Amino acid sequence: MQDRLAAAHPERIDLKIIAGFVTPGARVLDVGCGDGALLMRLEEEKQADGRGIELSQKGVNEAVARGLSVVQGDADHDLATYPDRAFDFVILSQTLQATYNPRIVLEQLLRIGRKVVVSFPNFGNWRIRKQFILTGRMPITEDLPYSWYDTPNIHFCTVRDFVRLTEEIDAKVEKAVALYGNGRVMNRAVRLTLWNFLADQAIFLLSRR
Amino acid sequence: MAHIDTRLVEMEDLARSQAERPASPVARFSADEPLPLDAGVSLAPFQVGYQTYGTLNADKSNAVLVCHALTGDQHVANVNPVTGKPGWWSLMVGPGRPIDTDRYFVICANVLGGCMGTTGPASIDPKSGNAYGLDLPVITIRDMVRAQAMLIDRLGIETLLCVLGGSMGGMQVLQWAASFPERVFAAVPIACAARHSSQNIAFHEVGRQAVMADPDWCSGKYTELGKSPKKGLAVARMAAHITYMSDEALHRKFGRQLQDRTKLTFGFDADFQVESYLRHQGSSFVGRFDANSYLYMTRAMDYFDLASDYGGVLANAFRGTQTRFCVVSFTSDWLFPTPENRTIVQALNAAAANVSFVEIATDGGHDAFLLDEPEMFATVSGFLKAAARRRGVK
Repeated sequence: MQDRLAAAHPERIDLKIIAGFVTPGARVLDVGCGDGALLMRLEEEKQADGRGIELSQKGVNEAVARGLSVVQGDADHDLATYPDRAFDFVILSQTLQATYNPRIVLEQLLRIGRKVVVSFPNFGNWRIRKQFILTGRMPITEDLPYSWYDTPNIHFCTVRDFVRLTEEIDAKVEKAVALYGNGRVMNRAVRLTLWNFLADQAIFLLSRR
Repeated sequence: MAHIDTRLVEMEDLARSQAERPASPVARFSADEPLPLDAGVSLAPFQVGYQTYGTLNADKSNAVLVCHALTGDQHVANVNPVTGKPGWWSLMVGPGRPIDTDRYFVICANVLGGCMGTTGPASIDPKSGNAYGLDLPVITIRDMVRAQAMLIDRLGIETLLCVLGGSMGGMQVLQWAASFPERVFAAVPIACAARHSSQNIAFHEVGRQAVMADPDWCSGKYTELGKSPKKGLAVARMAAHITYMSDEALHRKFGRQLQDRTKLTFGFDADFQVESYLRHQGSSFVGRFDANSYLYMTRAMDYFDLASDYGGVLANAFRGTQTRFCVVSFTSDWLFPTPENRTIVQALNAAAANVSFVEIATDGGHDAFLLDEPEMFATVSGFLKAAARRRGVK
């Protein structure tokens, strides 16, 4: 997932924003860390004490060979083994939509991290809506290139859906950033309806209320 | 056949001589430096045969301890003095290797209870003047680690950059991290478990019974009676060797191919290549290993249950640890399968420890940790370099 995004957006503006949320020297867990690009960045720029969980064994082995602390596992099964508030920041980047139970995953993240960063593709984006309405078929975009039958993304949501979930589980939205058109940051004053319509992806900084 | 037998006898004599006077440095601990054992008694005097490679740096921050497995020894990366073969981990340890002896000072000690220069059942009991045999108290993994810690003290090293090992060596790594967390900067337990499973104890019991059923075992007093339970020990090794290999690898190497013949003999000679291979494994092992030592080693692994020392909660063994861990398992290892290794990872997570976990796809079975596994080498090399960087090793 991250490799493909990296190819689509060489700068990975989302990683830059996520890194901006993290305070120097923080203990960080990156859930779905891929080959460890974000962890590497956080260790270099923020002197973070970084750990990762990654589903693909290939990704894990590459990250460990690069000197990062990564275990093979997935967000649905392995978060439960971590103690409460074990990390200053827990990051779930572009992975929520691929989990079996996004609500439980989000609750686990809020349990083990003081702050939680979640980024996800916005299924409410106008291009996706247009494709669905005009073709009557499941949308396939540059960022979400899978067919319905082979996609790992089994729980898509819109920005509005995600905000609703944060309310249901009583999480506090500390910051939120929406990205549109090749990684431009959307004005914070813009209303949620517009975010929901225009954003390609959204990044939320959450905490326990 | 005759010349092979002669060679085996020579090897056996050579192996016996290693118990007291190994072809490696020896640290001797006098009666004033007793080693307290889990069995409730102390061992004194005793000695530790060990080997080192590379150079200890000025601030003594580059020391790496390698822990060997059940039938291994301290000769990690040099030609073995008994078998004449390359060291058992010469692919992993050496100049430019993952455990790079140009960068690190590598130490490996023969374990307590072993037969290659560290006090074990083949060593002379000063009380009787004969080999200890079964008079040696039962040794545990923790006893082995205590003896190693005394050696590390003797070498003047406070904190080890890394402790690594596979199988029984991995158990020692876990014990080191639990017993001496402040002395272990990084730890790599490979293909092991935090406790020996019922199935594995069962396999070991078969091996021990094979040794003890051999009339030449003589209740463990074979050395003083000039005998040697070769047949029993060979059977024990044959049974154990099967557990070190995967079904796929056995099939790939041997299948149902016949040994030096075109059809079945309708007898009990080694018709199949796999039989011939196992017989060879058994007979070449007895020349280099002491039968009683085999009993002690297997017992030490059976007794290993790290959580039991910590209220039954494995995570408590690692509570508050600052050690960096890298757990490694192999897909086709059915002796210490991935779930056993994952249990260690989960306990480390629960203790909020810094842990990496790599599972390597291979058909090499449990023995994969001794084989040419590039992904294991990349893992160990990368992990060790990162540990050295973080410790500021110059």
